[in-house]
Amino acid sequence: MDKSLIRNFCIVAHIDHGKSTLADRIIEKTGLLTAREMQEQVLDNMDLERERGITIKSQAVRTVYKAADGKEYIFNLIDTPGHVDFNYEVSRSLAACDGAILVVDAAQGVEAQTLANVYLALDHNLDVFPVINKIDLPSAEPQRVKDEIEDVIGIEAQDAPLISAKNGIGIDEVLEAVVNRIPAPSGDENAPLSALIFDSLYDSYKGVIVFVRVMNGTVKKGTRIKMMATGASEEVVEVGYFGAGRFIPCDELSAGMVGYITASIKTLSETEVGDTVTDADNPCSEPLPGYKKVQPVVYCGVYPADSAKYEDLKEALEKLQLNDASLFYEPETSLALGFGFRCGFLGLLHLDIIQERLEREYDLDLVTTAPSVVYKIYKTDGSVIDLTNPSNLPDPSEIEHMEEPIVNAEIMVTKDFVGSIMELCQQRRGRYISMEYIEAGRALIKYELPLNEIIYDFFDALKSRSRGYASFDYDLKGYEKSTLVKLDILINKEQVDALSFIVHSDSAYERGRKMCEKLKDEIPRHLFEIPIQACVGGRVIARETVKAMRKDVLAKCYGGDITRKKKLLEKQKEGKKRMRQVGSVEIPQSAFMSVLKLDDDN
Amino acid sequence: MHLQKGMTMAELYIHIPFCVRKCLYCDFLSFPAGDDVKEKYVEALCEEIMCIGEERCRASLSSVFIGGGTPSILPAENIERIMKCVKDCFMMDEDAEITIECNPGTVDEDKFRRYRECGINRISFGLQSADDEELKRLGRIHTYSDFETGYKIAVSAGFTNINVDLMSDIPGQTVSSWEKTIRTVCMLDPAPAHISAYSLIVEEETPFGEMQKEGKLDIPDEDTDREMYHMTSKVLSEYGYSRYEISNYAKPGFECRHNTGYWTGVPYYAAGLDASSYYDHCRYMNTDDMDSYMREPAAGPFLIEKLGTEELMSEFMILGLRMIRGVSREEFKKRFSVELDEVYGDRIRKFISEGLLEESVMPDSRIFLTERGLDLANHVMQAFI
Repeated sequence: MDKSLIRNFCIVAHIDHGKSTLADRIIEKTGLLTAREMQEQVLDNMDLERERGITIKSQAVRTVYKAADGKEYIFNLIDTPGHVDFNYEVSRSLAACDGAILVVDAAQGVEAQTLANVYLALDHNLDVFPVINKIDLPSAEPQRVKDEIEDVIGIEAQDAPLISAKNGIGIDEVLEAVVNRIPAPSGDENAPLSALIFDSLYDSYKGVIVFVRVMNGTVKKGTRIKMMATGASEEVVEVGYFGAGRFIPCDELSAGMVGYITASIKTLSETEVGDTVTDADNPCSEPLPGYKKVQPVVYCGVYPADSAKYEDLKEALEKLQLNDASLFYEPETSLALGFGFRCGFLGLLHLDIIQERLEREYDLDLVTTAPSVVYKIYKTDGSVIDLTNPSNLPDPSEIEHMEEPIVNAEIMVTKDFVGSIMELCQQRRGRYISMEYIEAGRALIKYELPLNEIIYDFFDALKSRSRGYASFDYDLKGYEKSTLVKLDILINKEQVDALSFIVHSDSAYERGRKMCEKLKDEIPRHLFEIPIQACVGGRVIARETVKAMRKDVLAKCYGGDITRKKKLLEKQKEGKKRMRQVGSVEIPQSAFMSVLKLDDDN
Repeated sequence: MHLQKGMTMAELYIHIPFCVRKCLYCDFLSFPAGDDVKEKYVEALCEEIMCIGEERCRASLSSVFIGGGTPSILPAENIERIMKCVKDCFMMDEDAEITIECNPGTVDEDKFRRYRECGINRISFGLQSADDEELKRLGRIHTYSDFETGYKIAVSAGFTNINVDLMSDIPGQTVSSWEKTIRTVCMLDPAPAHISAYSLIVEEETPFGEMQKEGKLDIPDEDTDREMYHMTSKVLSEYGYSRYEISNYAKPGFECRHNTGYWTGVPYYAAGLDASSYYDHCRYMNTDDMDSYMREPAAGPFLIEKLGTEELMSEFMILGLRMIRGVSREEFKKRFSVELDEVYGDRIRKFISEGLLEESVMPDSRIFLTERGLDLANHVMQAFI
């Protein structure tokens, strides 16, 4: 394989700026598929992705492009997620590329994630060239956006292709730019094998399919490979490359090529993303740089609504983890919710997506507990623990002090909303860092914010205060000492572990009151009165009461009604069965979820 | 030929799906229709009744109930024709209870006279309220004085067994206006023999259901509802009525035999659109499509469910407990050849300890809902499903 005819690249963009659509057009134009075969967005093959209009899972596709110079080039296009939660996935994908196309919306211009992603690409030494998308929009201002790219990002943009991915305008120009502006891969096919794992997928027939970019050497059927971080060793069963939506076997993968390897690997734990694949009999001396273990930043308890489905949930998580290395889970037990799992996520969107996939693809009904960040607990005996489940907080007498994670937040917003956004950040215990006007009318506001203040409803509040215009990006800064307390909820005098959470002492009263109010509406009346209390350190700080049920009777039941009335009773009974028993109180599943969405009455 | 009481009994329900105008809370199958449709419907009805009679070998009936809709909207000769058909096709108990539902504003002297002549011996008036404002809010077509007029004609036509339907929880109703309605009806001369007093049930597919969804239905809350319910029984007992079912009250000996049949597992046949029947341990239902019914009135009903022993026991409990006298241990044993406590003992003991059920020994051993149990009947009944 002539390396000079290979181009490995990705597309980076802010969410909604048209990355996936451009990918579709490139695949279409390079003729791998006929127009008829094209689905709306070829790269996004999960229903969920299509519905949300975002790409969750990196995928790669190989196409063949006949360039203006008459030669046929192999394009390996690697799709990357656009959301901040998936920064690590983005970085793994970037490491497999030699260059990147930066897509910028001709109307919206540079956004927070445009910056984040382009910096990430530059960090990986990729050659980046911009394209201006959606130039057919009435509000398009290509020249302004070009200037902005040069001012804000500092890359040359005057000859950026002006395109409309949606309507197929300017795509040829993009393809030529890929050939001319993205470098061919380097590497030596005769050197010892080193290949970067940038993704993996579990397939029930082939086992784990490892997505690799070969940096040096060659891998083929029969090669005994070794994963350098995990030490796992297997014989290669098949190698190949990525057709659109399918795997196409080939003879070998050599330096510069992007493709897949199967080696009857049964568990993904042996093939960690970012790890280096080498030849067990002729290993390379050093692994490729950049490998890190993904650290979840948000945790929550995930329980099956029907406790009999515990095994199903376990199996589903195992399978999902095969396709999502960043998902973490371990078994945990709750007095209120029974057996379930404490799961770790990269962020809230990641949590949402996993929950939805569990429910949709695995047909599970779930109860999730309030998300929590990881707190550091410094104990009086000198030890430090990472607290992911509020229920495990040691007795206050054993705690010297606590620390919470802080993020650097960048919010980009038009100037009309600067005031209300700053007010929001202030309310969320934010520390103001700076504000600069990127250009007339738009500001980049920087704040340090405690992560636990943004994992609940910060995104919603941000959107509502900026009429949807603010864009937001953050990365973890580190830990800071903080006055934190554990808020417990008692229902009918019994503590419900699944409802406990850690909160800043100043917000405890407010949050406790809101939770009690919410729970009062969620818990149905029982034969007896039910007190709902919020407590900090055994002291009640808020209280509501669910009054005793006074009426539960069908006034009428005559000949024509009997079947229907029986069904009604059955339905009522079924509803009760699905509730969680805490002491003598039956709590509906929805109650556990409702406290996640405590309205912020601005 | 008349049969002696005590032989295998069955009841007959006849559905008349016509009314002047739908009330805002009504989810029964009924609608306004022209005379020709009514005429044809009665013809179809008679064909079905004949067919049932033949199939059931001229079974003997302990009661007939002509309900709706508003059966009294039909011309008297239609009712005469139906009654003649019933008598031709079935045997009748000597003292069979034969009821027709009437709405004020659709009756006159001639109708009542002819009802009596064709064997009808019980009138059920749909009054709902003695307050004209409340009647309007329900979408009723009549006033209280329309009812009073109708009631008097029924009495003078010789009817002594008259029921009046009343409704609590009407939008805008207060405890005192409800009490006034009850007392007004009790003080009629002569007083009705039977009163049905039930709380409004807001059904989804009705205008009230829609209004509730939009938060525009101002009905009394749970606490007021119970206050009204407890008051009902107290006030009615002052006038000599006893509660014998969750929402039904009667002077001694005037308990509705037909409805009691529903709660005690007596088989019932049914004729008419969308009518439900129960016999041979099966629940059936007629089509609710007028055209198909008219085309083939004797097509026979759809089987809705076949009750096995377990379901029969369950129904014995949940329907029987609607009755104030509750269920009898002896009756259960007689029907199912097993002791009641062997099947439901655990639940019965639990509810007795919670004060929702009570038991009596004399004259027979019975289980029944307590005053609080009546308020929470669903909670108890669920345990027997």
